[in-house]
Amino acid sequence: MSTAETTPTETTPTESSPTGTRTGTTTVDKAQYGLAAFLAVVGAYVVYDATTLSDGFADQPVQPYAFPYVVGGVLLVLAALLAIATARGDMPAAEEGEDVDLTQPSDWVTVAKLVVVFLANILLIDWLGWAITGAILFVGTAYVLGSRTLIRDVAVGVALSVGTWYGFYSGLGLAIPAGILDGVL
Amino acid sequence: MDSLNLLLDGFAQALTIQNLFYAVLGVFLGTAVGVLPGIGPAMTLALLLPITYSVGPDSALIMFAGIYYGGMYGGSTTSILLNTPGESSSVVTAIEGNKMAKKGRAAQALATAAIGSFVAGTIGTLLLVLFAPSVAGQVVKLGNPSNFALILLALFAVTAVLGTSRLRGFIALFLGLAIGLVGGQTGQARLTFGNPLLADGIDIVVVAVAIFAIGEALWVAAHLRRRPLDIIPVGQPWMSREDWGRSWKPWLRGTAFGFPFGALPAGGAEIPTFLSYVTERKLSKHPEEFGKGAIEGVAGPEAANNASAAGTLVPLLAIGLPTTATAAIMLLAIQSYGIETGPQLFDTEPDLVWALLASLFIGNTLLLLLNLPLAPLWAKLLQIPRPYLYAGILFFASLGAYSVSFQPFDLAILLVIGLLGLAMRRFGLPVLPLIIGVILGPKLEEQLTTSLQISSGDVSTLWSEPVAVIVYAFIALALTAIVVSGLRKPKPEAPLNEKEEVSA
Repeated sequence: MSTAETTPTETTPTESSPTGTRTGTTTVDKAQYGLAAFLAVVGAYVVYDATTLSDGFADQPVQPYAFPYVVGGVLLVLAALLAIATARGDMPAAEEGEDVDLTQPSDWVTVAKLVVVFLANILLIDWLGWAITGAILFVGTAYVLGSRTLIRDVAVGVALSVGTWYGFYSGLGLAIPAGILDGVL
Repeated sequence: MDSLNLLLDGFAQALTIQNLFYAVLGVFLGTAVGVLPGIGPAMTLALLLPITYSVGPDSALIMFAGIYYGGMYGGSTTSILLNTPGESSSVVTAIEGNKMAKKGRAAQALATAAIGSFVAGTIGTLLLVLFAPSVAGQVVKLGNPSNFALILLALFAVTAVLGTSRLRGFIALFLGLAIGLVGGQTGQARLTFGNPLLADGIDIVVVAVAIFAIGEALWVAAHLRRRPLDIIPVGQPWMSREDWGRSWKPWLRGTAFGFPFGALPAGGAEIPTFLSYVTERKLSKHPEEFGKGAIEGVAGPEAANNASAAGTLVPLLAIGLPTTATAAIMLLAIQSYGIETGPQLFDTEPDLVWALLASLFIGNTLLLLLNLPLAPLWAKLLQIPRPYLYAGILFFASLGAYSVSFQPFDLAILLVIGLLGLAMRRFGLPVLPLIIGVILGPKLEEQLTTSLQISSGDVSTLWSEPVAVIVYAFIALALTAIVVSGLRKPKPEAPLNEKEEVSA
C-alpha cells in the first residue's frame, strides 16, 4: 500500500539536505499526492461503510454511523488540504534517528525484501509453527539487512525462536502453536 | 497523612523479592533498549506487552515503570555518545552533551545527566504522589459530559499543540480514529470488511507494535547508515566539585520546567527541555561555553526530561488520559488486566497504584546505582550489529502480535499497519496522535453515548457542567490563536473547524 505510493526511484526530500533548490519552480514532493489519495480512499470507504449501517437501538442516542460520518468526512477534507499543500510546495520532514541516514536515497528494495520475508512468516506459521518460522524470519531479515555470517545467523535465529517458544511455554504458561513440530518440542 | 500511609504500604508491596526482581529487570531492560539505537521506551513497552498476559498487574506495572525511567536514562547516554539523538526529548541534551564528550568530558556529561535525572525523577515522583490523588478526587466527581470534553481536549492538545505541522497531526489523528472505529462495539459491525476476525476491533497491542516497531524497523531499513557511527569512548562517570556547583541549580530549574509541562494534557518533553536549555544559557556564568559543551546545558534539559516523564503520569493515573506514546502503552498494559482506567483508579485499585508509585522511587534509585558504574558497558551496546538489531525488532514484534491470539491474521494486520507506520515516517506524520486516537476514539464515543443516554437525548447536557464549559472555552481560545497565527502562514484551518462540529 504505502510502499507502492513511494516509487523506488524517488529520493526522499529532506529538510536536512537542502539540495532541492531548483530556481524558478517550486519543488513538489509528488509521492505526497499518493498519501492524499490514500487518505481520500480511506475517508470515502469509511463514509461508504457508514451508509450501510442501520439505525441503532432505541436507547442508543448516538447512531452507529454518526462517528464514522464525521471521521470519514474529515479524512476527505484532510486529503484535499494535503493535496493543496503539496501543490504549494509543502515538504514533509522525514523522521530522523540514530541509524537513519537521510543523506542517502531511500532504499525501497530492501523494504520490499523484508516484506516478502514477513509474508513468508504469515503464510507458513500455521503449518511450520513459530519455532521454525521465527528462525526463518530472523535469518531472512538479518540477511536482507546485510548480515553475511549465515551459520551464526541461523544459530542465533534458532536459539531465539526455540528459546521464546519454551520461554512462553514455561515462563508465561502460553503454548504457542507448534505446527509440524507438535510433539517434538 | 493518609497518602503517606498508602505510600508506605506501596513500598511494602513493591519491596517484596518478586517485585524487586521485576523492578531491577525493568530498569535493566529499559536502560539497555534506551541505549540501543532505534528503540525508544514506547517501542520497548509495546514489545513487552505480552508479558502482561501472565505476570500479575503489580509486577508488570512495576517493571514497566522501571523501563519508562530506564529508557530515558539510556536515551541520554546515546545522545551524548553519538551525535544523533533517538527521541525528540533528548535532542537538546545532544547539543551540549555531545560537544562535552568530544572535548573528553563524556564522563562528566553522563554523570550530570544520570544524577540530574535521579534528582528530577525523585522530586517529580514526589509531586506526583502529592497531586495525583487530589486531582483524581476532583475528576472522579465529574460527569460524563466533562469526561467527554476532557478526552476531546487531550485529542486536540496532542494533535494541535505538539509537532511542527498541524495538518499532519490531524491526518494522523483521524487515521487513528478510523482504526478505532473498526469492530462491533456499537452493536453493528463497522469497517470489518465482513471479516469475523475484525468483529472485536483491531487489538490495540497489534496497532502499537506495528506503528512503533515494524514501522520504525522498516523506515530504518530504507535508510540504514552504511558508514559506522563515531562512538566516543567513555570511562567511569564522575564529576568534580566545580561540576557539582554548576549542575545543581540547573537540575532544580529543569525539574520546575519539566513537571508542569508533563502534567498538562499537551505534555511531552520537547518544550520544557528547550525552555530549560534557553534559561541555562541565559543564567550561566560561562555563556561562552554554550555551543562548545557547557555542563549546564546537559544538566538542565536532562532534569526537565525526567521531571516531565513523572508529570505525564498525573493525567495518566488521575484521569486515565495518556499524553505521551509511552504513557499510552502503559494505559494499554493496565487495561489489559480488565482494570478500568480513570479517576476511580485510586479507589478501586489502591494497592496497584501505590505500589506503582513506590516502585518509581525504587526504580529511580536503582537507575542511579546501575548507571554510574555500568556506563562503559552500556556504551558497548551501541556497537551491536545493525542487521541483528533490526531483525531482532521484527522478530519480537511478530512474536508480540502473534501471542495476542495466535492468529496469522494478526500478523497480516501487523504488516499492513506497519507499512502505514513506515509511510508516516516517510511523510513526517507524527505517531502520537494516531495511537492516542486509536485509544481514545472509542472512549469519546462511549462518553458521548452515556451523556446523551442520561439526558435522554438532550444535547445541551454537553455544556451543562462548568468543567466542560471551561474546556470548550480553552479549546476555542487555542483554535482562535491557531487561526490568527495561521493567517500569516495560510494552511490547515479547515480541519479545525470540522473538529468543532464533533464537539457541538
